[in-house]
Amino acid sequence: MSEVFTAAPAARQKGDVLPVLLPFRAPAPRAWRWPRLRLVHLVGIVGALLLIGGGAFAQGGAPRLSALEVIWKWFPLLMSGFGFNILMSVLAMALGTVAGIGLGLLQIGENRFLRRLAWAATQFFRNAPWLVLLFFAMFMIPFQFRVFGYTIPFPDWVKAIIGFSLPVMANMSEILRGAVASLPSGQWEAAESLAFSRRQTLFMIILPQCVKRMLPPWMNLYSLITMATVQASIVGVSEMLTLTSQVHAAEGGRPDLLAPLYGFAMLCFFVYCYPIERFTLYLERRFQLNQ
Amino acid sequence: MDMIAKWFLELYETTGINLTIVYDAYDRQRFLSGLGMTVYLSVVCILASIVIGAVGAWAQGSPLRVVRGLVNGFVVLFRNTPPLVQIFFFYFGLGQILPRIEDVDGMRVPILTNVQWAIVSLSLFAGAFNVEIFRSGIEAVPRTTTEAAEALGYTRFGVYRHVLLPLALRICLPSLNNNLVNLLKTTTLAYAIAVPETLYVSKQIWTDSQNVPVMMIVLLLVYTALVGILVFIMHRWEKALAIPGYGQGGAR
Amino acid sequence: METTPVTDAPSSAGWTPDQPLVRLVDVRKSFGSLEVLKGVSMDVAKGEAICIIGPSGSGKSTLIRCINALVPIDSGTIRVEGQEVNDPDLDKLALRRKVGMVFQQYNLFPHRTALQNVMMAPVHVLKQDKAEVEARARTLMAKVRLADKENAYPGELSGGQQQRVAIARALAMRPDVMLFDEVTAALDPETVKEVLVTIRELAEEGMTCILVTHEMGFAREVADHIYFTDAGVIVEHGPPATFFTEPRDPRTRGFLSKIL
Repeated sequence: MSEVFTAAPAARQKGDVLPVLLPFRAPAPRAWRWPRLRLVHLVGIVGALLLIGGGAFAQGGAPRLSALEVIWKWFPLLMSGFGFNILMSVLAMALGTVAGIGLGLLQIGENRFLRRLAWAATQFFRNAPWLVLLFFAMFMIPFQFRVFGYTIPFPDWVKAIIGFSLPVMANMSEILRGAVASLPSGQWEAAESLAFSRRQTLFMIILPQCVKRMLPPWMNLYSLITMATVQASIVGVSEMLTLTSQVHAAEGGRPDLLAPLYGFAMLCFFVYCYPIERFTLYLERRFQLNQ
Repeated sequence: MDMIAKWFLELYETTGINLTIVYDAYDRQRFLSGLGMTVYLSVVCILASIVIGAVGAWAQGSPLRVVRGLVNGFVVLFRNTPPLVQIFFFYFGLGQILPRIEDVDGMRVPILTNVQWAIVSLSLFAGAFNVEIFRSGIEAVPRTTTEAAEALGYTRFGVYRHVLLPLALRICLPSLNNNLVNLLKTTTLAYAIAVPETLYVSKQIWTDSQNVPVMMIVLLLVYTALVGILVFIMHRWEKALAIPGYGQGGAR
Repeated sequence: METTPVTDAPSSAGWTPDQPLVRLVDVRKSFGSLEVLKGVSMDVAKGEAICIIGPSGSGKSTLIRCINALVPIDSGTIRVEGQEVNDPDLDKLALRRKVGMVFQQYNLFPHRTALQNVMMAPVHVLKQDKAEVEARARTLMAKVRLADKENAYPGELSGGQQQRVAIARALAMRPDVMLFDEVTAALDPETVKEVLVTIRELAEEGMTCILVTHEMGFAREVADHIYFTDAGVIVEHGPPATFFTEPRDPRTRGFLSKIL
């Protein structure tokens, strides 16, 4: 009988029952560990390898290099391209996070006008396709700025980073607003009754509690922006995908090389992003248990 | 129509705001067809990705380890690789390897056109996310509800079709909503394989007319509007599906 | 300490301890078109413990929240030690220094330990010396019988323990009056008692207490005065001896017959 009655609260727990009201349950003593290699992962990795190597079997006997040999030959170059993707993602993330926290704080601020403005900016940049924002940054930002007689050049890759940081900013702003809104209002009331000022309440009581809630979506966002950096090749920034097609051209433009080369690019991103996803999931579960 | 066109031409001459897509019939035609392509891509991919998600989530509950492993492999692979590379992999990689067929004029053409490849890869990409979304929705349905259905003699598919999926769908609509908006935005990536969607035709227009800033604003507004329409439809659907006292927790 | 001028703020200069510590006159408050307080008046003398009882939705919680300006009122006056609460220029810090509040849902700060929860406001808001505050906080933790839980996080404490930390946290500000808003309503029956014992000790020590409660037995035992509210007005009030035995108003009789 009790089973039946737990059904409704279980559905409600997600939204309106405040986590602090739930009875405390000891967190499961499960430590983070690297994902064990299971069938799931084997399917992914072996599948990718087969796709890459697939071309090799089709070309028996010819003096041409097999797909794996081509990748091995150009491995350092392709990796440097991938490294550049990672660099762009880190810089765009840093820039976007800082800007997004600022925008998010405006969104929950006391100034009505600024709040509206920040909300509108957040929605606008959140709903625009990332590629369009990238074009926006490439075409709308001048290639150099003149400040006090100094000329500060803005190369394409810097503009691309700014372009990527725009959606990061908007999503970060929304993550912050959501985390603050998800805290029970009793926290604000209790702080107020203890004579904390609004600023003190925000920085000493609300935001410290939000950091934990913001971490999983923030990491998810990082993973997304990392995968989006390949779009820079569309607007002429030379990164891994650009190099991949150059490698393809250098090897004589053989059609059978395309699938392995792009498969290799996918594998690189998979190897980088999959652990991030696992860790994000782990954190989400742990925080749910702890709250 | 002439009046409006004249007014916009004058707007250009007086202010420099060059909206060729309004006063120039050719540009207007191009832009509208691009918009149509975006809508077409979005609608087809949304429907296909929902089907992929529903089928994938069902297969994840399979008693066969191999089936579960394959579905999970598909999900993690497509969630953790860049969608643009996926499109390139399908269009350039597979498109080149697959045999060509003869069309009505006797020409050797690829099996799938670039538009069709875009649909395939975008649907798979969004579908992988939908599998996860539906799975979490299914997990949120209390075990007792499923047991009750099994006790009534439903088959595994019957439970899924008549009890689990309808309930799970309501629970996961907010996240599905997010993912479909994301899919709509991702259709711009079809630009990279020359699918003439909104971004592609806009680039053509601003190259011809040298009105980058104006077209940029138009583009951003168009996508804001498209997302707005999709969100509106999804909210209407959410409301129509709402059951009193069920699944409200997922909504904000 | 010379850094705490709040105790003798100018607006309360005319107040002497023989006057009511808290005085409400014709307090009105609406949320939209719903009028929750329709002219409430009451006096609370220093050292008195009063209980506000009444059916749910009768405005009890709103009333108690008005006293420390968590909820602004529409008209009427609320004075705490002679200081007008309903004043746009009100120094809220001075008011809240004087008025401590304990909530139904404890509202402890989950990212700080029990002791840190007690210490935070005196250190950060009143800017008092940390060592001195810490000594006081430890005394308070001992007073609420949680000396061994100082380093526990709120999530590791039971509801009753959390609520006692919340009481200690409010007391750390050295308030002149304590507000208790249905503080036992969210607790398990077995932990209700430990919280009530703590409150009773406070009242016996002479702390001015205003309680909203559903614990009639407790109200009868502890309160010097009972107020019964219904539909936004005070229907009847009196000392517990007469209030519970000879209620005059039919609404009071109806309410008491349902719950006793």
